[in-house]
Amino acid sequence: MSETGVYSSEIHTSGAATIANPRLAEAYRSSTLRLFNHRLQAIGEVPGFERLREVGRELKRHTIENLDYYLSTFADNVERNGGRVHWASTAADVCRIVVETVEAAAAQEVVKGKTMVGEEVELNQALEAVSIRAVETDLGEFIIQLAGERPAHIVAPAIHKTRKEVSDLFVEHIKSERTLVPEELTSIARRALREMFQKAGVGLSGANFAVAETGTVVTVENEGNIRMCTTVPRVHIALVGIEKLIPRLSDLGIFLRLLSRSGTGQKLTTYTSLLTGTRREGEDGPEEMHVILVDNGRTKALADPKMREMLYCIRCGACLNTCPVYRKIGGHAYGWVYSGPIGALVTPEFLGIGQARELPFASSLCGACREVCPVNINIPDLLLHLRAEAQEHAPQHSKSLVSERGMFRLWAWAMTKPGVYALGSRLARWGQVLLARQGWIRKIPAYPVSQWTKSRDFPVLAPQSFRERWKKL
Amino acid sequence: MAKPRVALFITCLADQFFPQVGECVVKILRRLDVEVTFNPEQTCCGQPAFNTGYRDEARTVARRVLDQFDDADYVVAPSGSCTAMVRVFYPELFAEDPALLRKSQELQKRFFEFSEFLIKVLKVEDLGARFSHRVTYHDSCHLLRELGVDEAPRKLLRKVQGIDLVEMNDHKLCCGFGGTFSVKFPEVSVPMGQDKIRAATETGAEYLVAADGSCLMHLAGLIHREGLPLKTLHLAEVLAQR
Repeated sequence: MSETGVYSSEIHTSGAATIANPRLAEAYRSSTLRLFNHRLQAIGEVPGFERLREVGRELKRHTIENLDYYLSTFADNVERNGGRVHWASTAADVCRIVVETVEAAAAQEVVKGKTMVGEEVELNQALEAVSIRAVETDLGEFIIQLAGERPAHIVAPAIHKTRKEVSDLFVEHIKSERTLVPEELTSIARRALREMFQKAGVGLSGANFAVAETGTVVTVENEGNIRMCTTVPRVHIALVGIEKLIPRLSDLGIFLRLLSRSGTGQKLTTYTSLLTGTRREGEDGPEEMHVILVDNGRTKALADPKMREMLYCIRCGACLNTCPVYRKIGGHAYGWVYSGPIGALVTPEFLGIGQARELPFASSLCGACREVCPVNINIPDLLLHLRAEAQEHAPQHSKSLVSERGMFRLWAWAMTKPGVYALGSRLARWGQVLLARQGWIRKIPAYPVSQWTKSRDFPVLAPQSFRERWKKL
Repeated sequence: MAKPRVALFITCLADQFFPQVGECVVKILRRLDVEVTFNPEQTCCGQPAFNTGYRDEARTVARRVLDQFDDADYVVAPSGSCTAMVRVFYPELFAEDPALLRKSQELQKRFFEFSEFLIKVLKVEDLGARFSHRVTYHDSCHLLRELGVDEAPRKLLRKVQGIDLVEMNDHKLCCGFGGTFSVKFPEVSVPMGQDKIRAATETGAEYLVAADGSCLMHLAGLIHREGLPLKTLHLAEVLAQR
């Protein structure tokens, strides 16, 4: 158990509960399929999208390999533009800096654009603890804030909610009229939020990209709420994970295309905001701009030459939409704010493998995620790497007579001795007659095959192995 | 030209559970005038341990494979998964041992999955097979995505006389086997398999065919438990039919 509340073994119970819930199962199935198909169509329209992915990957690789340089360049440029840069090593640092900044601005309300870093550091809880009201203004985030839940998807946080549930939440929390018409639900949220934009003294956002060359924070969105958060209130705070850097403004076009087409299947999102410094004479915008550069586990990944690759991620969510496991178990089963294949990398890496041992195993290693990743992250390979790490740091279960490692040691020993292997198979064939019925075994009480025979029959060993038959072939 | 000398890597699964798959491979290769050998020293490629994170145990088993096929022009396995283990993951497994790494890289060049070998190396499509049934082909993930083989099995199947080859919906979607995933996450693995069986059944196919015994073992086990009419066959079993 961790303070951030990751109970990674709960992936089994939570995942099974989603599978068994027809409404949730259908919500995940249909929404992921829709996003998956949108992406397919959108990338099909771009000749050379494959090349674009390679270029995007190379740019990210280069940036991550030279992150110290790009971070300091970015920070210098933010300050040159009148912004203020804060460095945050931990989640607590992020929350402290935000609280101090909000308090210094004498604000009681904060309007928030969607930020996964904000979710990661549990910023809403930290603000609530000092009686600052934080309101999520992204529709999906607004819904899950009312529901008191974590995001179920990196890009579509309320992907698991039906309109009936959204309506119920609105009736309960903002005393709205009951409706199932999506446009009317949106209007209800819009009215409630509009009022907050005018009141809030501080607007908070995440960042999709941070351009080192110009010190620009880039956000992409479809609702316009982030633009409101970053321009209406007097003070803007941007939470920027240190992996968000890109070198030059001219690189941005590549990433905008990769992100919007992979994430939602759009050519470009409705709003793309390039936020460079504070308000200038005769323009609107915030008087203060605070950029918080967040580590919170990222430098740990950076220090590992293999795992570093996960920092290339631009959080498009395509790997979630394509993942057959995510589609079944849903986002909350992953136990923390990041879900799907990328979540299975990020969570153990940011929080430590001990907090999320099960996650790297929650994959059939089918590789569908790698196939859609806009920056070609070899996700299955990194999951395999984390599996090895998980086993190296496995807790010793003194109670169990046969540990998994013990079983694999025995297996490895037998597999290196063809005589033992052949003898073992002959003994098993002799033993299986007690269990076999017409070529199949319905129940084998010994782990791990017991897990197999819960819902599947197990084939019997052939009367003669291939090696025995070979002599006569 | 001298007959190509092909060593079989039969895979532990086919050896123990589906020896008929190995026999079909032998039959087909011999018809194509290939010299087939089998080294009884072989057991497993080491993938179960590797995929479960036990790299030392995987290396112990895998390093034996490196020395078992020195005299063969090619090594052929009736499994995309085991082939991917040797070709894609051995170099990673032996990355820190230059001698073994070199050996694995050398083996990598000669190691082929069965359908890939027929199409790419022997350059044959028509094996003179006859199989008058409706068949749908399931892409096993390692074959599809680690080795990039999707057309070879289909080319071979299309040339089978009498066959009615149909594509199922989401034919690239994983069947849910996933090695030890199948026993670590049975609550997910099983519904994934059920989806696959449903998609195959919807095509009206009598047979679901794949190039990996492991996917087939998972799907067939599920089909048998649920008493469904769909049948499964390994690609080699179809291609050997006359």
